Amino acid sequence: MNKVPEAVRAHALTVVRGGRTVLDNLDFAVPPGRITGLLGPSGCGKSTLMRAIVGTQAHVTGALDVLGLPAGHRTLRSRVGYVTQAPSVYEDLTVRQNLDYFAAVLGAPRADITRAIADVDLTSHADALAGNLSGGQLGRVSLAVALLGEPELLVLDEPTVGLDPVLRRDLWALFHRLAADRGTTLLISSHVMDEAERCHRLLLMREGRILADDTPAALRDRTGSETVEAAFLHLVDEANSGQNKTAAATAATPAGESR
Amino acid sequence: MNPSRTLATARRVLLQLRHDPRTVALMLVVPCVLLALLNWVYDSTPGTFDSVGASLLGIFPLITMFLVTSIATLRERTSGTLERLLSMPLGKGDLLAGYALAFGAVAVVQACLATGLAVLALGLDVTGSAWLLLLVALADAFLGIALGLFVSAFAASEFQAVQFMPAVLLPQILLCGLLMPRDRMQPVLEAVSNVLPMSYAVDGMKEVLTHTGVTGTFVRDLAVVAACAVLALALGAATLRRRTA
Repeated sequence: MNKVPEAVRAHALTVVRGGRTVLDNLDFAVPPGRITGLLGPSGCGKSTLMRAIVGTQAHVTGALDVLGLPAGHRTLRSRVGYVTQAPSVYEDLTVRQNLDYFAAVLGAPRADITRAIADVDLTSHADALAGNLSGGQLGRVSLAVALLGEPELLVLDEPTVGLDPVLRRDLWALFHRLAADRGTTLLISSHVMDEAERCHRLLLMREGRILADDTPAALRDRTGSETVEAAFLHLVDEANSGQNKTAAATAATPAGESR
Repeated sequence: MNPSRTLATARRVLLQLRHDPRTVALMLVVPCVLLALLNWVYDSTPGTFDSVGASLLGIFPLITMFLVTSIATLRERTSGTLERLLSMPLGKGDLLAGYALAFGAVAVVQACLATGLAVLALGLDVTGSAWLLLLVALADAFLGIALGLFVSAFAASEFQAVQFMPAVLLPQILLCGLLMPRDRMQPVLEAVSNVLPMSYAVDGMKEVLTHTGVTGTFVRDLAVVAACAVLALALGAATLRRRTA
């Protein structure tokens, strides 16, 4: 039955950094060939979760499988594309030189370079020095690098921040094309809730925990909300009142029992 | 290690340098200007220029490569490109060898210019072959690359990285025999200078200056410099982590 494994499967995933629990016992799955949105306020652990999935995060405990292999496995390095929040490209190289280099590292075909530049709408800037581009353009160069070699899983950390509405629409169209035509799995983080409606599935995060794991429509229905944003706020309120009850219950329990 | 990834990395580093002609000019021209200045300073005592000039031919590539490598690696770390590269199928060895090849190529040009100027124009009196001077200069450049890479792991900013130059290299310059022959220094200092790699870089240069062929001492000096470079490179590789907190 379970022949095609989930793109990402986490069980009891925990990350403790500097004594602080950044990810707290997460259990979730990311379906293959779909766009999963990772939403939540800044500082809730989205980036740490993404770093754990691509295998650059240290101090990860629990089980985390990516494309059927443990996260960070060496063979995953060419199968997973990752875009960090800050553009990670060489500002003293042109757009094309950046892509040339990363394509060589990935062993991606040369044809990917021109296509990736076109995908992020930078063909007219291909020979411009990356350092001379605007912030939004630089972010798109970083995204183009992740498109090289047709990765099966794309992990994108806030790829549409600071982009104008037209570009944002175009990029979301590209994300949907990647999922529909190439069967790419996309995990896209955002703190802009209106982008949630464009995802097939949502993981709502808050303070290192997952509040909800569902489709946008189901989330709205379940909470009786008009928008995902309203649904998120509803769930936060619900979790807060639940937390207060738990806190009260813990306080009532004798200290010896919880040890 | 994968040759095509190593070469791609070397090519990328050189392309970055090409977009920064001022740095390249400074790396190549400054040692020559300093040598000429030194020659002028010792105008009245040509013998002193022979010894100090040869020492400097060993020290220049070390300092230059130390600085560019520590800053370049620090940039990779802070810009996120290092994290990106290490999440890709790039071996740490490919990255290190790529840097060593690219900066090594610059070091060859720098050493040719400085050695050529010193021997042909400034009348540096070398008993041995100028090719051996070049060989020592290259080994020194690799030592500079390796040390720069290693200390960049301990620098959180470019300010700190630059300050590592006086902290790591100046004591070696003071003790390497440039200012005072090592065997005439206070015994404690001589012992310290015996374990500092730059002492052997300078000794190697002086060996070529005074001997016609390849001597045993020359081979030992070169081997010590190369071994220190490999050690620092290995320690530097250990600071490149795929997983970071």
